[in-house]
Amino acid sequence: MNENMVLTEATYYILLSLYRPQHGYGIMQQTELLSGGRVRLAAGTLYGALNALCDKEWIVQLPVEDGSRKKQYKLTPKGLEILVGELNRLKQLVANGEAILNQEEE
Amino acid sequence: MERQVIRKWFWAWDFEKEEQWLNTMASSGWVLDKVSFCTYTFVRCEPGEYTVRLEMRNPDNDYVSFMEETGAEYIGRIVQWIYFRKKTEHGRFDLFSDLDSRISHLDKIGKMMLAVGMANIVIGLANTLNPTINLGWINLLLSALLMYGLGRIHGKKENLEKERMLRE
Repeated sequence: MNENMVLTEATYYILLSLYRPQHGYGIMQQTELLSGGRVRLAAGTLYGALNALCDKEWIVQLPVEDGSRKKQYKLTPKGLEILVGELNRLKQLVANGEAILNQEEE
Repeated sequence: MERQVIRKWFWAWDFEKEEQWLNTMASSGWVLDKVSFCTYTFVRCEPGEYTVRLEMRNPDNDYVSFMEETGAEYIGRIVQWIYFRKKTEHGRFDLFSDLDSRISHLDKIGKMMLAVGMANIVIGLANTLNPTINLGWINLLLSALLMYGLGRIHGKKENLEKERMLRE
């Protein structure tokens, strides 16, 4: 996984939402809230992404609690590492953009 | 409850038109309540009370309960086409929110059509060569139609893939 990895916006927000355990609908709501309504995860897309992230072991499904049918998910240490890596990539992206565009303004 | 049954046929590659039609019905106060082959049963609702969505995928209880968790209601299915509805007051309802998942949905539809089309070519040829059955042309005609549909699906997919090179 040393290739230059870029997460999709959906993946980024899903991982971010799962810093604390969360069920599917919670991820959808949190993503919408965090992005000020800009990013919406549709249920089908989210379902596919959650399965793919579980396969990659970036997240895990928590044991289902009694009396609840809702499945909860949580970030794994591996997932956290990926998320931090992406955050650093984004910081660089922003820093470069600002450095060059601010220079032009002067 | 007041009901209305409409018999209508949509080709698989026109699934977006089908969805549009179901939502036009919902906005005029008739929401889909039951589906079976070419038969749509509607019940009365408030105009615009529901959004209806459909998709092709393998039937899977896990998926249906996930959808229900998010506030959607499972209406039913015809073979691999699944129908959902959700009250508009519970928020916007979409099945796909990025290009990747739209592309893979089209891919699934295309693969299914290819499989059915190939089967019809084989059956059609076998029946054409068999002198006692002369219905082979039906299968061949159907496979020609499916191949046309496959072209339509492929075109839609290509457009999305082109866009995917520039954005998510």
